Amino acid sequence: MSLLSTLARLEAVRSGRAEPLATVRHRHLSDRPMVVVPLTAAGEAGAPLAAMLGTDRAAPRLHVVPQPLDRDQRFAFLAALAADLLPYLEGYGEEVEQVEGTERDPETGERTPVVRELCAQAPQLIVPSAAGVDQLGLIGRSTRFRRTADDADAGPHPVPTRVPLLGRWLTHLRERSEVPGSSLLVAMTALLSRHWATGQSHLEDQHLGALLAWISPPPGMSGAEAARRAESARDERGQLYCPPAGPATDPRFDEKLLAPAVARYDAARAALRARPGGDERAERHVRRAAEEIRELLAGVLRPTWDQVWHGVDLLRTLPPAAHLPERWESDRWSYTGHRDRLAAGEPPQPRHDDAVTAARKLAQREREQAKVELQEALDDPLAMAEHRLSGEAFAGTVVDVEPAYDTSGRSPKPRPLVTVRTADRPHADPGREVHRAGGPAAQKAEIVAVDPDDGTLTLRLTSGMGRRKEPEPGSVPQPGEQVVFTLFELTVRQAAPLPAPEDTPWTHGGPPSAAALAPAAAAAGSDPITDPEDWE
Amino acid sequence: MNVSHPGHLPHGPAEPPAQRLARLRGPVPQRSLDARALAALAANPGCRRRALLDAAGVDKAALADRLGSPAPFGQSPFAIVRGNVFESRVKADGYAELLLLLQQRLGLPEPGAAELAVPDLLPRAGTAVRTERTRQVLADAAAHRGRWTLLDHPMLCLEVAGSPAFLEPDAVVVRPDGRWTVVEIKSFPVLDGSADPAKVGAAARQAAVYVLALQQTAAELAGVKPDPDPYAAPEGLAAAPDTAVLLVCPRDFSNRPTAAVVDVRRELSVTRRQLQRMTGIEQLLEALPEGVGFDLSTDDDGSPVRSTGQLGESVAAVPAAYSPDCLSTCELGFHCRQEARCAGAVEQLGRAVRGELGSLRTVGDALAAAAGAGTDPADEAAARLARAAALRAEALGRRPSAPGSGEAPGV
Amino acid sequence: MDPVDPTASPAAAAQRVTAEILDAVLHGTERGVVVDSPPGAGKSTLVVRAARELVAAGERLMIVAQTNSQVDDLVDRLAETAPELSIGRLHSSDGRPAPEALRHAGVTASSKVGDLVEQQVVVSTAAKWQWVKDVDPWRHAIVDEAYQMRSDALLAVARLFERALFVGDPGQLDPFTVVGTDQWAGLSWDPSRSAVTALLDHNPGIRPHNLPVSWRLPYSAAGLVSRAFYPFTPFRSGTGEGDRRLTIGTRGDGGPVDAVIDEAAESGWGLLELPARHTVRTDPEAVQAVAQTVRRVLDRGLAAVSERGTAPVTADRIAVGTAHRDQAAAVRSALTALGVPVEAERGPAVTVDTANRLQGREYDLTVVLHPLSGRPDATAFHLETGRLCVLASRHRHACIVVARAGIAELLDEHPSTEPVQLGVSVKFPDGWEANHAVLARLAEHRVSHRP
Repeated sequence: MSLLSTLARLEAVRSGRAEPLATVRHRHLSDRPMVVVPLTAAGEAGAPLAAMLGTDRAAPRLHVVPQPLDRDQRFAFLAALAADLLPYLEGYGEEVEQVEGTERDPETGERTPVVRELCAQAPQLIVPSAAGVDQLGLIGRSTRFRRTADDADAGPHPVPTRVPLLGRWLTHLRERSEVPGSSLLVAMTALLSRHWATGQSHLEDQHLGALLAWISPPPGMSGAEAARRAESARDERGQLYCPPAGPATDPRFDEKLLAPAVARYDAARAALRARPGGDERAERHVRRAAEEIRELLAGVLRPTWDQVWHGVDLLRTLPPAAHLPERWESDRWSYTGHRDRLAAGEPPQPRHDDAVTAARKLAQREREQAKVELQEALDDPLAMAEHRLSGEAFAGTVVDVEPAYDTSGRSPKPRPLVTVRTADRPHADPGREVHRAGGPAAQKAEIVAVDPDDGTLTLRLTSGMGRRKEPEPGSVPQPGEQVVFTLFELTVRQAAPLPAPEDTPWTHGGPPSAAALAPAAAAAGSDPITDPEDWE
Repeated sequence: MNVSHPGHLPHGPAEPPAQRLARLRGPVPQRSLDARALAALAANPGCRRRALLDAAGVDKAALADRLGSPAPFGQSPFAIVRGNVFESRVKADGYAELLLLLQQRLGLPEPGAAELAVPDLLPRAGTAVRTERTRQVLADAAAHRGRWTLLDHPMLCLEVAGSPAFLEPDAVVVRPDGRWTVVEIKSFPVLDGSADPAKVGAAARQAAVYVLALQQTAAELAGVKPDPDPYAAPEGLAAAPDTAVLLVCPRDFSNRPTAAVVDVRRELSVTRRQLQRMTGIEQLLEALPEGVGFDLSTDDDGSPVRSTGQLGESVAAVPAAYSPDCLSTCELGFHCRQEARCAGAVEQLGRAVRGELGSLRTVGDALAAAAGAGTDPADEAAARLARAAALRAEALGRRPSAPGSGEAPGV
Repeated sequence: MDPVDPTASPAAAAQRVTAEILDAVLHGTERGVVVDSPPGAGKSTLVVRAARELVAAGERLMIVAQTNSQVDDLVDRLAETAPELSIGRLHSSDGRPAPEALRHAGVTASSKVGDLVEQQVVVSTAAKWQWVKDVDPWRHAIVDEAYQMRSDALLAVARLFERALFVGDPGQLDPFTVVGTDQWAGLSWDPSRSAVTALLDHNPGIRPHNLPVSWRLPYSAAGLVSRAFYPFTPFRSGTGEGDRRLTIGTRGDGGPVDAVIDEAAESGWGLLELPARHTVRTDPEAVQAVAQTVRRVLDRGLAAVSERGTAPVTADRIAVGTAHRDQAAAVRSALTALGVPVEAERGPAVTVDTANRLQGREYDLTVVLHPLSGRPDATAFHLETGRLCVLASRHRHACIVVARAGIAELLDEHPSTEPVQLGVSVKFPDGWEANHAVLARLAEHRVSHRP
């Protein structure tokens, strides 16, 4: 945590409510996000219990697994989830724009112009917390390899047709969420804590109810009181007013309400099974027991559902940052790429990345991380303040400009000296290269002199002034003008090329084979395609 | 009234720590230190409050209830059922799956069922008898190389700060090569070869406690003293306990077991350190003011022996080292948070915050420094805070040195 | 896996291992040879030696180092010791090789590999090599500081060579990343791990060689550094007790700073301990104490007496090591205020840098701001053994540590609840143990300082 965000938290402790950490919104927010609140059965990896989802806050859709250990019910749940989510996910694949680019011919190495499709929009899934992101990833992992009745070798437990496709989409979204600044799948807690500092710790901010309690406490209550209430206040039945945002439910809820209801449901089903001919009353009992579970789960999901939408409202009050469209375009490319892979009939994502794919993803994440940091600094004075405080940037007023020229070449080039007064203390030794932020064009300068007592720095501008002897009008800051320079570059360097996976060198085990992609820690791992694991 | 009042008992500097600790707890059952509790010592070793309450065997959850900040911990009945079902599956069919995993992961010859000895460890006997029985079985197994012996829920004893802690691993296996391997059965999944690192870490710390107890047993059987050097490599029987344990978990989304070998050498040295520190409890006891006690028992008429106020004062008399991590690791976490908030301690915002604030320990002091009020110009932390406040005010378009406006944007 | 034979002379022991390594490089059946080198164990000498022998055998080779200054150092050293070699210094288009590297007749510099393929040895950074294409692979490569290299960088450059010698110090800082890599934890090809661990996992036939002797570290330091940081691959010093000394021109002024200098000159270690206090990273008193220590070392005219003869301890023979960059910046300005030169461009200057940047460097005397000094809490970053190991093993003669009291207690209160990833081998030694081992030794050489 940086000192500036610590300060914001300290201020929040004093004011009793969250304090801003940003002056603009740094993450893309869809006009029509899909909110998903998943729940799991305690102790069962990836065993879904329920999900509330939808794009209309007034009309959440609810899917429930009354007996989480029942395979058929789980399949039915996944099929219903797929039926709800896939139209939304696939729906953005139709409207495209044509983007011109170049492609290198692998034979000749020549660059040839190509036109590629880019989806005009992309889906956005919002879950309550980071655990929800993981949960969707788990559902993706547990379903993308499953066989369906349409497969030639369907196996003993085929799933409904669209379920593996849902798994592939969720896997893609989960993977994309690892890319810094990406917005296809986001956690509300992460969105809110990027923009507001509460008077509690980062750990406590993982509780969506407590986090919101600080950002907009109910009238007459401090953030701390409201957060404490959200965390632990219980009703007369011993149940939390603000149930956890999942994916796990409160153990007291499981113990006092859910487990008895599931037991009643099991008993009703057993009773029904005991009447081979069917029995209307027994069937009614089963339905009623299932409905009871449904109502219980709806009751613990609804508060979280409302909180996520409340979060969306709060975020919408912030003006979007200038670089959001650029970053959202990367998300659109990611979405388009996955759409194309599905259309091309590629197999599901493997259980493990091969060496080259892993390295490529790491490079992409590092590049995007650097980009997000840069763009946030350029978009938001509060983000730039972090760099100013750490001595990596300075802002100030131009007090003097002195024309000067580099006459070493054939024709003289402008190299004006600019003196800036600043209260910042950059780690700027003479000779250091600096970069102008927010200038008319990419512009570099070199530090010539530093006078800490006077609070001035003198720079020699070295680029961004055109090709003539005299600088282009407007390219040199004038006395009185506010300027910001950074000690770090304002563009992100390209990642170095990697070999194709089939050219993986001997240092990394050579080209990947199916066997090589088995997990290192589980030698007895089975092939997920030929041996789909049973849920028991 | 037959409840003795702690303050009236004769005691003095000569009182043994175990007795003093028992007196602090009062006439209620001791919360014994199991492996989980011992492993948890590493979570916040700087907390004297936790160290004292644990050493005295006080029921911290009950104490937290009495103090009005109940611990939010609990286990879902679904999770408990799931754990039991999985463990019995692992041990089903004469431990067949478990043995297969042992052989695969440890690279040992394939065991025939006939070669497996599963001695009766007298599970219904008392702890002392069970401990002795386990010890005897281990000694026997050591004498018979070349076969497998499986100890299902053995009982081990580890001396902690002068009193014995009894530990019950899921299983210990004596291998044909004479090594002893701890087996931990957990119900969190290993998915595509990896598992939740926090859970594996907790399992490793717990298993390390068992390995430590086994090392003590092995050293005793070998008639040598355990070597405190963390990198020591003992010889002979004393070297029998393997410092790698077998973690058995459900594989992927199934109920079928898979296993991973976990090297617990690091956790072992951590545990050793924490146990050595437990002996420092005497100093904590000496520093206690008169009248401190955590007796949670009730009188014959059902009224508590110690009032909530008295309990609160006693707890307050032992310094805590609160950090927000405590909320998920200690039953008193919510109580200590409240205390930290009342005191305005900066730790309420997280452990890392202190590193930036230097000697500024309270929210009030830090904000005063940020406002530039009466601070020592030589104090780097204060100067940086004041600079941060100026930058923050500038970026938000607020008046410099204005305290937080309390307005979150757009709310 | 060569045990240190205590009866062999250090030179003989080192020679035996070197011969085995060169034999493996030239004639071994494995495509990779890995050499684990503790601090100052003659890694650079080995690299130069291997390069010469390969060229003598009629081979051309490429050398991969990790930073531009490492490349420049290596080129300088190669050209100095083997003037007969033709050496190419491949650099990036906006990079300027150091003049030390370019002053030799045998060295050619270019940003295009095509200009250099005829050279017997071509040296560049891993980052630059990754962009090289359209060349025939070299038969041999040497990868220097291989433990600092990330697996993904090796993946990108391994196509350029058939066989390689990997040399590095496993006790130094691991490569790192700021983005999420959990999904690859436990995989042998996890791109965020070190290149050597990836190589060894995929080539189980490779058995690392261990250089058994540190020629840099004095007798007073080798034992401690070996025990604390290399518990399973011990090494010893090339020089014996008392072979390295520091003489002091003027007597001390009776103050603590002079006293700690005297202590370090005498014993090889010194701890200048300030009163316990929680401070920010750039603790002004500690920074001032570091600067004053350096100032007094220069003022008092120290001379280093060693197997190389006697030489004055000038500014360029001194380094200050810190954990963080802002600490280094603060020390630099404090030194400047005391008139101590810190900019190498203008003549001999004291090096002030973070542990990361001091890796692979060597000085007569180092002054270290302890990573845990004044901290209210320890973090994984500050406990990382590699950081302390680098800081405690840069010196030929003496190391003076400046710290606030209370570090032992801080270590004791540090939570030890590290997560564990399946399939990831545990990094040894444990930071706690290593820190305590170093502290215990420093306590024997403590001088209290109350500024």
